[in-house]
This record gives sequence, C-alpha cells and structure tokens, in this order.
Amino acid sequence: MEVNKNKRIKLILGITLTGIIFIMLLLGIIKTPYDPMEMSSELKLTGASFKHIMGCDQFGRDVFSRILVGVKETLIVAGAVVLIGSFFGTILGTITGYYGGILDEILMRITDAVLAFPSILLCLLIISLLGGGRNTLILALGIAFIPSFARIIRGEVLKIRSLDYIYSVKLFGASDLRIIFIHIIPNLKKVLLSTVLIGFNNAVLAEAGMSYLGMGVQPPMPSLGRMLSEAQTYIFTNPSIALFPGLIIVMMILGFSLLADAVSDLK
Amino acid sequence: MLKVTDLCIKVHEKTTTDTLVKDVDLYMDRGDILGIVGESGSGKTMTALSIAGLLSRHDMEKSGEIEFEGINLLNVERRVLRKLQGNEISMIFQEPLNSLNPLRKIGWLVEESLRIHTTLDKEERKERALKALRDVELDNVEAIYESYPHELSGGMRQRVMIAAAMIIEPKLLIADEPTTALDVTIQAEIVELLKKINRERNTAILFISHDLSLVNTLCENVIVMQNGLVVESGKCSDIFNNPQEEYTKKLIAAIPKSPF
Repeated sequence: MEVNKNKRIKLILGITLTGIIFIMLLLGIIKTPYDPMEMSSELKLTGASFKHIMGCDQFGRDVFSRILVGVKETLIVAGAVVLIGSFFGTILGTITGYYGGILDEILMRITDAVLAFPSILLCLLIISLLGGGRNTLILALGIAFIPSFARIIRGEVLKIRSLDYIYSVKLFGASDLRIIFIHIIPNLKKVLLSTVLIGFNNAVLAEAGMSYLGMGVQPPMPSLGRMLSEAQTYIFTNPSIALFPGLIIVMMILGFSLLADAVSDLK
Repeated sequence: MLKVTDLCIKVHEKTTTDTLVKDVDLYMDRGDILGIVGESGSGKTMTALSIAGLLSRHDMEKSGEIEFEGINLLNVERRVLRKLQGNEISMIFQEPLNSLNPLRKIGWLVEESLRIHTTLDKEERKERALKALRDVELDNVEAIYESYPHELSGGMRQRVMIAAAMIIEPKLLIADEPTTALDVTIQAEIVELLKKINRERNTAILFISHDLSLVNTLCENVIVMQNGLVVESGKCSDIFNNPQEEYTKKLIAAIPKSPF
C-alpha cells in the first residue's frame, strides 16, 4: 500500500510539473506578455512587480516572457536531440543486438569510442567545424546521445532475442526483417519510453550547458541556459534573473524524471 | 525422413573448445515418436535446436549430417531452410509463457505462419486458426482467439503453442520438454494430445524430456543421452525392461514410485 502511494505521488507530481512546463510552452508559442527581445533602459534590472512578475534583466527585457520563449527553444532542442538519439540508437541497438558477431563488435567499439569522448568536447568539435546555432547544436548533441540509446536498446534486444517466442516465429519461417520489426521492436516500447524520458532530461541539461557556454541558441534569442549564463554577472546584485530560469530547469528535470520513474513502474 | 549422423556441436570460447554434443545418431520415419531423455546439460535441447535449424550462433561449430527428406540441413541455404522450417518442421518449447509474443492476441499468433507462408485472406486465416485451436481441444475458441497470452493458463498456452505449430501441418514436430512447466494432470493431457496428433495426422514427434515415465507412455523408440553422448538407444520397451548401461539403470531407478 505504502509503495503504491509513493508511486501515485510520483506520478501526480510528475504530471503536474510537466503540465506546468507544457502550459508555459503553449504560452510561449501563442503569446508572451511582452516582446522578449524588446529592451528598455528604464526597466534595467528592476525586480519582480505586478507588471513584470519575474522582473527585468540587464537590458530591461521581461524575464517571464523570455522564459516562455526560452522553454520553447530548450524543448525544441531537447526534443529533436532525443528524437535523433532514439531513432538512430534503436536502429543501431537492434542491428547489433540481433545479428551479433563481427558487426556487433565493430559498431559497439565505435559507440564506446564516442562514449569515452567527453560529450561537451565532441559537441565543441562539431560546432567549431559546422558553425554555431540551434541546428548545429541539435546535430551535435544528437550524435553524442546515440551511443547511450544504442546500448540500452541492444541489451534489451539481446534479452528478447533469446526468448522462446522469437525462436518459435523463426521456426515458422519468418524473415529477419519480420522478426525485428514485428516481433522485437514493438516489445521495446516500454524500455524505449523510459529511456526517452531520461534522455530528454539529459538533453535539457546539455542544451542549457551548451547555451551557457555560448554555443547553442544564439542571442538575442533566449534559451534557459543562455539566460543563466547572462545572469551570472549579476548573481549577487540581482539574483532573481538567475533564479527564475534555474528554477524552471529544475522543475523541468524533476517533472520528467518523476514521470519517467512512474512510467517505468507502471505494469 | 529424418536421419542424423555423427552430429557434433562445439562451442569455441577464447582459447578452449567445449563439445556439447558428440557423435549423435538418430533416425525417424513418418509418424514415429522418438524420445530423447537425459539429465540437464546432456545435450538433448542442443540436438533438437540444431535439427530445427535454430543454432546459428557465431561461436558454434556444427559438423556431421542432419538429413531431412534428402536435404542436409546443416549446409543448406538460409532461404531453403526457412521454407522447410515453416512448412515441414515445427517446435514447441518448455516455457509456454515465453513462447508467445506478449503483445499480440492469440489469434494473430496462431495465424503467424499462415501469414508468412500462404496467401490466404483474413477470413480464411481466421477459419484455419479457429479450427487449429479446436483441434487442440480448447473450448470457447472464439474468446481465446481474441485474448492475450497472459490471460490464459499454462496448460492453455501450451495448447495454443501446439495449435500454432500444427496449423501448417508439419511432418516433424519437435517438443522440447513441453510438459516440464506444467502440473501432472495437464502433463498427461498434453501427452494424450500429442498422441492424438500423431495418430490422426501421422506427424512425427521428437519428444525431449527428463521424465522417463512420460517418455515411456508416449514413445516407441528412445535414446538416452549423457554429457553430449548417446549412451543407449532402442525400443522403449526393451530399454525400460532390460537396460544395458549403468546410467540408464540409474535413470529408471530414479522414477518416483507411487506410494499407494
């Protein structure tokens, strides 16, 4: 009973937090209270007020409006990164897990090499080759994310492959493609779902990190990481402009983690 | 129909080589029921899997001959093998929960080999599937057709497996410890069902078990395996009444006697 209650709390909290983020995303797409890029010298570094509920930053831009747009930018990057990572990761993991042998060895050693490389360094490399900007960031992070997805999927495929029902459909004369697409991939659904949610968290953090380093979303476009990095100069004089973006990142991560936990607990 | 000569299966690990099955010979004609008995690790499942063509791990080496209707299964093309696998050889497994895809309905699973090998349309497939389910003595087949594997009991699942394996009318059915996970009454029913299938359709059955009393009730011929070797083979009645090898005697002595 106690365990069940815990799970319910996780699920409810997860849904609430992600719900809030989702509403912010929608607001960011539909309409922000102020133009997030409009500067004003009078409003510079003013604190929270009824007109500007999260205050204004060093250029007098409304922090709340910027956060709404920043959430959108961050989610776009994180979503695209997870999409790239899970898509190619699933392909790679399924092929290596199912066929095994030399191909498996080669591909897994390549992913090992990518994993061994610090992902920030890898992204820096790709970004310095291709130039900055949102799309390059998505590509760079996406590549860095493929190996972890591939490993998890490979493990699961290895497990499913040796179950009797795969033997039995093989004995019915099913082709490899049929076994992979009809009998293995649908059974990956649950693992894939929780992996995607966890991966999403990491992607949000990575986006924030890269933008913080100035290599993600380009100014004046806001993103949560970028806002944090711009706010750090004022962290002692005006902590609120760093506080709010940070808080939103925490909410996002916490919400998705709880949701991922609750989903993987669901039977 | 099936003739296995000098079958050897070796597994290469980094430096050592393990021999799992050594010089196994067996012979089956249409409609035969052959039992393989032996303890765990004696190589009986490996033998069965290699006959079914399911041993394709890279670190395994198979030698000898498995001749099925004149085709050597060990060095035939994958395409030919798949055709044989679907149409002529079927297999049922030990753990009926693992042998059905948990995401699909029973009907879909039973129809799978029809979908692969025939061009029947949906209605015809359903008809065949329902008939196959009825043939394995399941009741209320319409409801079972629409249910998922986890909704059925172990015995029912095993019947569904037999239905799925028999729907294409194979010549050879390999049963790898099909009754081990079931309780005694269901075991007897499944054995009866296999007997009936053998009688009515003349399907040869390769029955693998470690339960000698079951083998005795079902099979005509039996081979006894230990550590990958065939220790004794022959007619079931001969071996049970007059075992030659020490190991066979021990196995027979290990059959539980009824206390009543």
